[in-house]
Amino acid sequence: MARTKIVLAGEGGQGVQSIAKILVEAGYEANKEVLYIPNFGVEQRGGVSIAFCQIADERIGEPRYSKGDIVIMLSDRAIDRCETYVDKNSTVVYDTSVCTKKPTCECKEIIGIDANKIANEQLSARVFNIIILGVLLEATHVLELSDIKNAMELALGKKFDAKPELRELNYKALEMGMSLVAQKAGV
Amino acid sequence: MAELLNLPPNLPKSQNAEVGASKFCPGCGHGITLKSLGNAIDELGIKQKTVFGCDIGCSLLSWNYMDLDTVQTHHGRTTPVIYGVTRANPEAIGIAYMGDGGGLAIGAQHLVNASIRGERMLIIVVNNTNYGMTGGQMSPTTMPGQKTETTPYGRDCSVTGEPAKGAEMVAAIVNKSKSFVARSTVSNPMKLKQTFVKALKNVENGGFSFVEVLSICPLNWRTNNVDTFARLQQMEEYFEVKEFLTPESV
Amino acid sequence: MVNKLIKEDIKMFLTGNEVLAYAANSAEAEFMYGYPITPQNEIMHTWCKLLPKTEAGFLQTEDEISAGFSTIGGILAGKRAFTATAGPGNVIMQDAQSMAEMMRIPFVCAVMQRGGPSTATVIYAQQETRLTCYGGNGEGFRIVYSTAGHQDLYDYMIKAFNTAWKYKFPTYVLADGYQGKMREPVMLYDPASRGITMVPTEKALLADGEIGVDRKSIHMRNTYNMEEELMEVLDSYQVDYDKMAEEVAEWEEYKADDAEILVIAHGIVARSARTAIDELREKGIKAGLYRPITIRPLAVKPLREAVSRAKHILFTESANGQLAQMVLEKIYGLTTPYSTLFKMGVGVTGDDIVQKVENIVKEGV
Repeated sequence: MARTKIVLAGEGGQGVQSIAKILVEAGYEANKEVLYIPNFGVEQRGGVSIAFCQIADERIGEPRYSKGDIVIMLSDRAIDRCETYVDKNSTVVYDTSVCTKKPTCECKEIIGIDANKIANEQLSARVFNIIILGVLLEATHVLELSDIKNAMELALGKKFDAKPELRELNYKALEMGMSLVAQKAGV
Repeated sequence: MAELLNLPPNLPKSQNAEVGASKFCPGCGHGITLKSLGNAIDELGIKQKTVFGCDIGCSLLSWNYMDLDTVQTHHGRTTPVIYGVTRANPEAIGIAYMGDGGGLAIGAQHLVNASIRGERMLIIVVNNTNYGMTGGQMSPTTMPGQKTETTPYGRDCSVTGEPAKGAEMVAAIVNKSKSFVARSTVSNPMKLKQTFVKALKNVENGGFSFVEVLSICPLNWRTNNVDTFARLQQMEEYFEVKEFLTPESV
Repeated sequence: MVNKLIKEDIKMFLTGNEVLAYAANSAEAEFMYGYPITPQNEIMHTWCKLLPKTEAGFLQTEDEISAGFSTIGGILAGKRAFTATAGPGNVIMQDAQSMAEMMRIPFVCAVMQRGGPSTATVIYAQQETRLTCYGGNGEGFRIVYSTAGHQDLYDYMIKAFNTAWKYKFPTYVLADGYQGKMREPVMLYDPASRGITMVPTEKALLADGEIGVDRKSIHMRNTYNMEEELMEVLDSYQVDYDKMAEEVAEWEEYKADDAEILVIAHGIVARSARTAIDELREKGIKAGLYRPITIRPLAVKPLREAVSRAKHILFTESANGQLAQMVLEKIYGLTTPYSTLFKMGVGVTGDDIVQKVENIVKEGV
């Protein structure tokens, strides 16, 4: 695909913008054309946080688009806010362990994952967003795992060096996220 | 006698001799103030590095009055233009020249913040208790009971608040050891000049200076000579004439 | 003198606000005066972070009024100074901008548009187009570059300083919150490597030489006694402005040669139009783009030619036709019909334009 449009939405504090940054950084390092608009409002904290990311092979035109190819919704409010970015070609991913409802929009596919539950029970609440990053990686297929790992080093390398077990934890979270989508796709 | 009349006027070197007759109204206090300022600049020998900024209002008529590099600005905006200059040119001695409206009403936020930041400049507020150029409206410093075009029955402080005391306000918010803050008056030009000398010396030393000058406006006050100076004396009783802050170095 | 940080070509992945700070440094800008307002804050954040390396100057002022006037002060002192603002800040900075216009001060300002009127949104709009071109109590003797992404931001910020100092009209880089906040790759370079030399600055105040010996004292004014005296000054400005316009006006066309439907858009919306035009061409619809880069002054001749060639015009903006008004005046007399797609304070997407053009075609051009 020449261009992949990603909408990532969640509550402030879920780490949506952090993973958007890692994702586009990975795309940039992989010599793709990338464009990222953080949603920003008057609130510095709180409110629905949205990231609009594009990864493409050719020069990107429009910075904002009407519909995403992948729309990730990580809370009820994110579902309400982001159904407008969904059409029949979109893949919607939502977290069943955070959201109390299911997106009802017409789309190509809806994938429910329980990343939050897995993070809390099996890994650490702190890597919830990294699981989502893994989900994105597997759902889009525009970047390699190694691209993402490189970008994670750029963003988190200092923390990893101080606490090497963090690196392992994050890698595990990434792989867990990827397998969540792979499983669903297999069903 | 005729020879005496032909003597050239005794102008400060930093006053522009080419400008001819002053454009200020007869009896206006700006002439005394600017001449005192010119004498102070001469005494310190800082003419070549002084930048003079004048506000809108009667102060704007000073735009070519001094033999100094001069910029006329907008109403209330002389302070930021001049600290813009002195921030960019650390050699420059900046003077922002304005009336009570420009200093204490429309430009008050700049006066307050320049004071707090200790901008390296001299702010002169010529206080004649009204907006002269626009026809004599009430200003922040209009005296209680004073009749102006917008207080035709006299300033009622229960409605308008009390007259603003600029020097006291500035003295309260500046860095006490680096700031020179004074109120002076055109009734004593020699003292006024000495005040400017101290103020400018403090700027040369890297400090912030503020001088409020009690001045006269016979045209809008509708006063004759005697009444004009009687009014000035009342002002001097109401607005304390003194040095509020004097750094040791000046 | 400041230290330039970009000495050779380097591709970076930055936000637009960061790009502007780097561009100002590459243009040898010496001083920034600024006041916080979203979405332009990171210009001064970046500028301040780089200060130890650049040895440039910065003052955080008490408001945009002060930011504008102190920028003027810095320029009069002979520094290549600039400021940046947005929205309500741009409104109150008009006070200083009109002084810069009257006194021919090479004022440079980056405007990152946000929603209006009033406080509105901190996000995005193209609603400061008219204000930036014609704000103040004057005639709009200003030069306004409307950028469409990070490479533009870098190129035109550098150019803005030279245009301002060469022609002595206030010069603007007009962008928006999307451009300020978004990240995309950009090629930074030393202007010298592209054959660009920076126009030297001059000290208006405290110039070299001794007053009374080498030169007279300078008296700069903006107040005139007589109506005729003012008109004489402004007439001479108009002559200078018209002459400058021929050298400065810039525009861009994309597949406009054979376009039956010509989209007229500026800034980031022109970029969405490109996406739409590619899609429309694939569908067999001959669409093209005319994008004024200088929206003040407009390049009139190429504009009229492009409009004459087309069968239908589509004006699209994230505003209610602020550019369209300026363009319509310049294409007076031409009879090409036009439609509009105006989204006040909201981004225009490629899909929006595709749908609109398809409707136009359906209704029969």
